[in-house]
Amino acid sequence: MRNNHNKKECGPKGKRLITFTAAINEALIECMEKDPGVFVMGLGAPDPKGVFGTTLGLQKRFGTGRVFDMPISENAMTGVAIGAAISGMRPVMAHQRADFVLMAMDQIVNSAAKWHYMYGGQASVPLTIRTVVGRGWGQGPQHSQNFQALFAQVPGLKVVAPTTPCEAKGLLTASIEENNPVIFVEHRWLSNQMGDVPEGYYSMPLGKANVMRKGSDITVVASMDMALEAMVVADGLLSSGISVEVVNLRTVKPLDAETILGSVAKTGRLVVMDSSWYEFGVSAEIAAVVAEKGFDSLKAKVRRLGLPSVPTPTSPALAGHYYPSEADICLAIGDVLGVRLNPRKLGFKDVVGDVPDEYFKGPF
Amino acid sequence: MRTGNNKRLAFYLEMLRIRVIEEELVRYYAEQEMRCPVHFCIGQEAVPVGVCQALGGADTIMSNHRSHGHYLARGGDLRRMVAELYGRETGCASGKGGSMHLIDRSVNFLGATSIVADTIPIAVGVAFANKLRRRKSVSVVFFGDGATEEGLFYESLNFAALHRLPVFFVCENNLYSVYSPLNVRQPASRNIYKVARSLGVESSRVNGNDVEAVNRASASALRGIRRGRGPYLLEAMTYRYLEHCGPNCDIELGYRAKEELEQWKKADPVAAYERKLIRESVISKDYALKARNRIIKEVGEAVRYAKSSAYPEADRLMMDVYAQ
Ligand SMILES: Cc1ncc(C[n+]2csc(CCOP(=O)(O)OP(=O)(O)O)c2C)c(N)n1
Ligand SMILES: [Mg+2]
Repeated sequence: MRNNHNKKECGPKGKRLITFTAAINEALIECMEKDPGVFVMGLGAPDPKGVFGTTLGLQKRFGTGRVFDMPISENAMTGVAIGAAISGMRPVMAHQRADFVLMAMDQIVNSAAKWHYMYGGQASVPLTIRTVVGRGWGQGPQHSQNFQALFAQVPGLKVVAPTTPCEAKGLLTASIEENNPVIFVEHRWLSNQMGDVPEGYYSMPLGKANVMRKGSDITVVASMDMALEAMVVADGLLSSGISVEVVNLRTVKPLDAETILGSVAKTGRLVVMDSSWYEFGVSAEIAAVVAEKGFDSLKAKVRRLGLPSVPTPTSPALAGHYYPSEADICLAIGDVLGVRLNPRKLGFKDVVGDVPDEYFKGPF
Repeated sequence: MRTGNNKRLAFYLEMLRIRVIEEELVRYYAEQEMRCPVHFCIGQEAVPVGVCQALGGADTIMSNHRSHGHYLARGGDLRRMVAELYGRETGCASGKGGSMHLIDRSVNFLGATSIVADTIPIAVGVAFANKLRRRKSVSVVFFGDGATEEGLFYESLNFAALHRLPVFFVCENNLYSVYSPLNVRQPASRNIYKVARSLGVESSRVNGNDVEAVNRASASALRGIRRGRGPYLLEAMTYRYLEHCGPNCDIELGYRAKEELEQWKKADPVAAYERKLIRESVISKDYALKARNRIIKEVGEAVRYAKSSAYPEADRLMMDVYAQ
């Protein structure tokens, strides 16, 4: 499977708009068609809702042997997946919340991540673990956590975090092709985002970030929901003559330091946005890499934005202050640029809603 | 042993109260102002009522995501529960928890969490502390059939049996986990209560829609636990009417048969009991109607209380992370 690369970049050429959810579904179908070793399991994988729509139709197409529900036994089932993986299969596990994956932390960290290394490279674990990060509508302390940094710290794991539907498909394919365990992070607020997605089988390289928007004054590094927020603010700042470059991570680990450093070398300024807690987070790592390897290009202090170090509160009144707002991003950019910006005047919202779009009806 | 009429009346009123509160909250949920996931327990009321009516004041309770019935049957404060669902500062968890994280320490409802099976070992720990401190208190934990698939279930029962801990495991077997029936999760020959036995925990199975049967089984289990016989597991067979999470009926999704739902509704824990009490002249139709209206009013007041309560101030966000 690995030798058969057909790498595609997402571009404006195609004209096929589909949702992030549909893109994930397509990636699963293409991979299962291509490699009989790929199978899909997860709580509710074949149920009528199909893990937020991503696994719909799979069982009908590929049978109950390759697409199946599982007992609520995350840790054991991860071990089962590891066993299958070292026996030549390519399991894909789906978890409706990243929070539930904590149950499987032992198998992921102690077994999957180390298998290749601790046996001197004799066997590997090609396992993809899809984890959905919740947000909004009172998801609260145990249904909204993003453990990207926790996973990224473990040697042997790769962590992937797509933003656009095109990335979702290409990166999920790459994750399934990958001969190592991959934590594939899907942000719930991206589910209904539409984007241009190539037809057919393709994969995008892991470990490559993407300049989502070119700019010259300041670099904003972000991923997933935060990348979209950064784009909104970048757009809004154009009228003030501020040119923001947005680097979309795509992969958290391995981190594409080259692209980030390249961008900072150009702009000299950096704001890092974190889709999780920023203390000890992915944004901390990025800031450290730039401080170590890109110090000479920095013209100003680096700023981080992300979740404060508190559990997610359930009340919408508190959650509204928990996630960074457009205004927060604007102010951070102004701070690093040394200019005073008025987010209100620029039309930036200073409160964060608790639903991804106005059509949303609770509960999730 | 026949259950006395005072007790039967209490069973009925408690079950009716939970039913009507849930039905009213379903109605209010449509306003989109309770902005958190809500797992209603309509159809399952006899289990919490039968169990809680057998408890003493010093006994403690823990629960899972579907916790309203457990909280209310234990006497948890309704206004503070509803305020919690509305995310207000007057909520039982100050708005920080929502429907899946109810707590009312004043009635020894120690907490509910949303991670399946997570409170099972915690309740065992409560029992462990009670034993060490020689407190005469039984630790009760409610969980679903799905929770018995987690390793935590086996590990917790093992430890409870090993140390003969005063803990009462109540498994509400409603045949489903979300849209997944038992047969895609457990072998057909499985009896959850028998698994408990093989782990060294005494157990039985009961019709979870028969409040008197649940109460009798609980009372007898609790007697044994209090005498130092160690933990007990009660498997109560019951059924959820609404969708797993949210206010709607989801029968059109097709993961369960319409006939199955109809069948269970015929054995509705509240309606069947009401008919029985009317038949046996314990209550009148008029009494039932008045009771229902009284509860509707009570919920209305609780909702008004919630809606007129303030949202937590922004500075509450950073508070409570660490104890002082
Ligand atoms: C560890 C974990 N895995 C998955 C979930 C998602 N989930 C929430 S409730 C639920 C169903 C639990 O079924 P059961 O224990 O039978 O309780 P019921 O909902 O039927 O009352 C699932 C799978 C979760 N909350 N925690
Ligand atoms: Mg169940």
